[in-house]
Amino acid sequence: MPPIGPDDHVRGPEGARAVIVYGDYECPFCAALEVRLRALPLRLAFRHFPVRSSHPRAQAAAHAAEAAAAQGSFWAMHDALFDDQGRLEDPHLWERAERMGLDLTRFDADRRSPEVAEQVRAQFHGGVRAGVVTTPTAFADGRRYSGRTAVQQFA
Amino acid sequence: MAIAAGEPAPEFSLARADGKPFTREDLLGKTTVLVFYPFAFSPVCTDQLGVYNELLDEFAAKGATLYGVSCDATWSQTAFREQLGIDIEQLSDFEPKGAACRAFGVLHPKGFPQRALVVIGPDGVVKWSYEAPKPSELPGANLIFDHL
Repeated sequence: MPPIGPDDHVRGPEGARAVIVYGDYECPFCAALEVRLRALPLRLAFRHFPVRSSHPRAQAAAHAAEAAAAQGSFWAMHDALFDDQGRLEDPHLWERAERMGLDLTRFDADRRSPEVAEQVRAQFHGGVRAGVVTTPTAFADGRRYSGRTAVQQFA
Repeated sequence: MAIAAGEPAPEFSLARADGKPFTREDLLGKTTVLVFYPFAFSPVCTDQLGVYNELLDEFAAKGATLYGVSCDATWSQTAFREQLGIDIEQLSDFEPKGAACRAFGVLHPKGFPQRALVVIGPDGVVKWSYEAPKPSELPGANLIFDHL
């Protein structure tokens, strides 16, 4: 599993317990895990693992998060996506971007760009190489926790 | 226990969605990955096939073709595939039920396939096989890539 690196989106204090989560924004268990992680003093890295067959809007949402990242707002978009999973259609993504004060034209161009697609794909492939098959999958303390177990682990 | 690497694939017959048979002859000349899964529509199988489906181009680039295999009837498999929106061809071991799974050594005593992967080379010989310790444990696609 690739360790936390410069390409990762990371939040939380340095030196805190590190957790790497592979997830997607349309996955209910990922949202449940997210709520638990927010309450804990952790250093969290989030990587995209969208599986279109299970969650048709996961890919678009992941691209939206990366497009927001290009304007310095990854975590704001990340939180906004998980906070309202029932609204992940394009107008809902634009609405979030607008609320965050992002440049909408740039946001929309970025989320459809090959660079963003490649970023998301690279994270997905990193997950595959690490043996991720289901979301959420969390890596912490040298162990892997998948699905419901991941949610329970951080309860 | 799943058929071991180095053994020739057994004689078997599975049903394709159009009712035509898929047999040992269909393995020859290409690398085949048989993905045995317990049941169509069971949640964990959904995750497993969904992830593999995302990687079909990468499997094809390595010369490998994936097939999902279960004891479900062809109609159930097709409904499952369509509902999931996946392209992986499904092969049915419905009649005689479990015969091909038994031949590959992956038939669970309760009449469904163990969660297992079998990679067969173009010569019809098993290159690698894997049986999950329990049906709820999903093998990652990395295991397949490591053995192509």
